[in-house]
Amino acid sequence: MDWTLLIDKTILILIVFLISLGVAAYATYGERKIAAILQDRIGPDRAGPFGLLQPLADGVKFFLKEDITPAAADKFLFILGPSLFIATALMTSAVIPWGQSFFFGEHEFSLQVADLNVGILYILAVVSIGGYGIMIGGWASNNKFALLGALRASSQMISYEIPLGMSLVALLLYSNSLSLRDIVDMQQGFHWNVFYQPLGFLIFLICAFAECNRAPFDLPESESELIGGYHTEYSSMKLGFFLFAEYINMFISAALISCLFFGGYHFPGLDSLDLAPNLAAMISVIVLFSKIIFFIFFFMWVRWTLPRFRYDQLMRIGWKVLIPLSIVNVLITGAWLTFVK
Amino acid sequence: MKLTNRSIVAANKELNWVEKLYLPAIVKGMMITFSHIFKKKATVKYPEQIRPIAPVYRGVHVLKRDEQGRENCTACGLCAVACPAEAITMDAAERQKGEENLYREEKYAARYEINMLRCIFCGLCEEACPKDAIYLTDRILPSNYARDTFIYGKDILVEGITPEGRVDISKRKKDYHMNT
Repeated sequence: MDWTLLIDKTILILIVFLISLGVAAYATYGERKIAAILQDRIGPDRAGPFGLLQPLADGVKFFLKEDITPAAADKFLFILGPSLFIATALMTSAVIPWGQSFFFGEHEFSLQVADLNVGILYILAVVSIGGYGIMIGGWASNNKFALLGALRASSQMISYEIPLGMSLVALLLYSNSLSLRDIVDMQQGFHWNVFYQPLGFLIFLICAFAECNRAPFDLPESESELIGGYHTEYSSMKLGFFLFAEYINMFISAALISCLFFGGYHFPGLDSLDLAPNLAAMISVIVLFSKIIFFIFFFMWVRWTLPRFRYDQLMRIGWKVLIPLSIVNVLITGAWLTFVK
Repeated sequence: MKLTNRSIVAANKELNWVEKLYLPAIVKGMMITFSHIFKKKATVKYPEQIRPIAPVYRGVHVLKRDEQGRENCTACGLCAVACPAEAITMDAAERQKGEENLYREEKYAARYEINMLRCIFCGLCEEACPKDAIYLTDRILPSNYARDTFIYGKDILVEGITPEGRVDISKRKKDYHMNT
């Protein structure tokens, strides 16, 4: 094992970890601010300038709240649920290429923790484990609302992981690789996958909303009918973990959508500028993050526009619309690759 | 039977296939929410910015003094009788020699308490007062943690003697509109 590699990766993991947490914290601020602006309000503006310290205040409040474990709850699983959920949420960031490599003399500093050749499969697998976090949390609470929420979460995740996977199959047929870095590098210039896989993108986007439990697919939470759903019984930082992990998931989904369909860290004209490699790497990181921030905004924009689906509508869209559509998309892509290209 | 002119016949028509996609409607809705980004905000930032209050607003009471700084109240008890919420209690006392600069008439209220949790801010005490002593003002009742802090005594209710301590109630005088 190469020591420099180990140090490189440790530093990178730490940075990615901190950025994920930071983005998730400020996504809560962004959510409240965007919700307010879309509803002609001002939003949080008391803690610090423009309310920028609000996430900090929220975090302190979460830690100071009383940590209640219901008497009838399964103690071990009750703690395991949120831990699993946030751990898996943080793990997914490992395979995302955050930018072009930096060069320090001869030494290459790659901005991807692990360039797995099955990167997408890794993400799908880890996200599925994240579903267990919700299920375990809902089950361990020993509360009917929590159980209903967990039940809904599991059925929703199963229903929507199929079209999610199918839309990726079409993308993989087209790009011939499962590695995220290969897929991103393939989209160099302006050959973004969204232009070649518009239907696949749409299906992926809808499924990403469902996988993140975001409105209009926030049935597992349903604060109005299930009083919080799977996290009804949670309090203090355990609840904070659930909410936080949701925002991390949103961040990762936004990163994934940008990488898979919107050229990742590339933007048209980056190569023609002929910049020094380190400067180009900096710009590539900024480009990726602006795309991510746009998609996080998009997630919130949708949330504050659409009402929640009814349960039968959710299942109908999943099984009778998205799955057939995604199969058709795979067929069209296959036919196109075989006969046209 | 038609009960009202405003009734609308519900149109339970089937959605056509474009509408079943939801997407056009979603895009339309998102455009609407997006347009709200540029709309004027409705928020009033309360402590810094206060919404205009009507001249007849009924807030926390004040016990008035006359021009020479003497208390108007003679503890006649009419306000307490008029009060529908029975929020007012008082003890009367006789003015002693040398207190002429404090109380306008021979009798005054030694204790005058309004329970702000009982008070419904109806303004009947003000109407009942024959001595121009009690008025409701545009001041808002502040919140507090303990219930007993809401029993306001003379220390809070009586206005100050200094010009800064005076509470302006000219807007609430019955002939306010005639004057302006």
